[in-house]
Amino acid sequence: MFNLFKYSSPATFYPLAGRLAVGFGIASAILLVIGLYMSFFVAPTDYKQGEGYRIMFIHVPAAWMSMLIYVVMACWAAAGMIWHTRLSSMMASSLAPTGAMFTFIALWTGALWGKPMWGAWWVWDARLTSELILLFLYVGFMALESAIDDPRRAARASGLLALVGVINVPIIYYSVQWWNTLHQGSSIKVVDGGVETSMSEIMVWTLLVMTFACWFYTIAVALCRVRSIILERESGASWVKALLQERK
Amino acid sequence: MLATLRCMVMRDLTLAMRHRSDVLTTVFFFIIVVSLFPLGVGPEAALLKEMAAGVVWVAALLASMLSLTRLFADDYNDGTLEQLLLVPQSLSLIVLGKVLAHWIISGLPLVVMSPLLGLQFGLEGDELMMLMVTLLLGTPVLSLLGAIGAALTLGLRGGGVLVSLLVLPLYIPVLIFGAGAVTASAAGMGADGHLSLMGAILLLALVLAPWASAAALRISVE
Repeated sequence: MFNLFKYSSPATFYPLAGRLAVGFGIASAILLVIGLYMSFFVAPTDYKQGEGYRIMFIHVPAAWMSMLIYVVMACWAAAGMIWHTRLSSMMASSLAPTGAMFTFIALWTGALWGKPMWGAWWVWDARLTSELILLFLYVGFMALESAIDDPRRAARASGLLALVGVINVPIIYYSVQWWNTLHQGSSIKVVDGGVETSMSEIMVWTLLVMTFACWFYTIAVALCRVRSIILERESGASWVKALLQERK
Repeated sequence: MLATLRCMVMRDLTLAMRHRSDVLTTVFFFIIVVSLFPLGVGPEAALLKEMAAGVVWVAALLASMLSLTRLFADDYNDGTLEQLLLVPQSLSLIVLGKVLAHWIISGLPLVVMSPLLGLQFGLEGDELMMLMVTLLLGTPVLSLLGAIGAALTLGLRGGGVLVSLLVLPLYIPVLIFGAGAVTASAAGMGADGHLSLMGAILLLALVLAPWASAAALRISVE
């Protein structure tokens, strides 16, 4: 029978993570090249937004990933709390920087997209505001983790914070949305759901390719990072010493 | 169960009464922060009236934040907290007692002071009432959520700054509905929806937050 917990031990996961990271890294690079080519040369010019809309092909995947990574991170944190596996919390902490990066990219490209389209770098729209709050949540997670010296306590404390955060994310999201509709009849609307229906098929494909490129990139980078974290935390273990001997 | 709760609340209140200046600091911080806004944005009455709810609410968030670090820190430093973790009564209940005491010390004075500050900003009758009601519903949530942050950052370097980083994003829904209720009632739209949502958040926090804080305390103290 396939043993789910075989790879929950850092010693067995370390080599597997190395192989997976290479695989996902190559896949991500290939998809990224295809996706970028499609988004610059194949996808047609938008009849309303001209060439400027092409920033969507990085903006939308980044925004999706920023939300997905937080949920995945919270799932790893929950797994770590339930089964007390060291690896789960390491996975959670290895995902956080990438999640924060994608949140930042989504905000930054959003600003770049917003300036020509709406005439403003930033509007207090529900989506933008909740994305900003998501960035704060990532920063809080990483700040808490780095403030605690004992790695076991750091992992458990930041895991708990991730869980508290993930319960709050929908509450924050809806409260921000209601706040926005109640406060201001915004003259600028972020048409995101509307984009999809009006998008031509090739645009949807490009978006999908870019999304998978970002997804695989996240997996590859998280696995690389978790390898470093494993080596750091398990530095006293005999298998790590044997590995280092081998490398010399 | 109630005896444990009562015992914890009375103990913390007694301790707070021995250091009355700590309690007053929070209240005066609240008043000062609110008073700074007119100096910053100018004395136009119409503008101030529009901002009043938001300003009072943000000041309340900051004030309750300021006193959070003291929630568990003193007990942690003198070893009482370790004893509390060992008692047979449920830790969540003990945390709830401490949070309740913290709210009475730092949240309730803000509720009581708020109409006075509202008057300074030109709010009237109904809006003042609404400001008070929202703070009454909202400040316990601040103490409850803040307890999780305070428990997680117990005994860390720069815990005070860190706790604000962790907790302020979680306060956002309370701020939105609290300030929103006052604005909505001022605009004549009725604030029932806001108040119901605040009540829902309060109940949710009341059930989940003590439990999460207890888990956080166990992580921090082990």
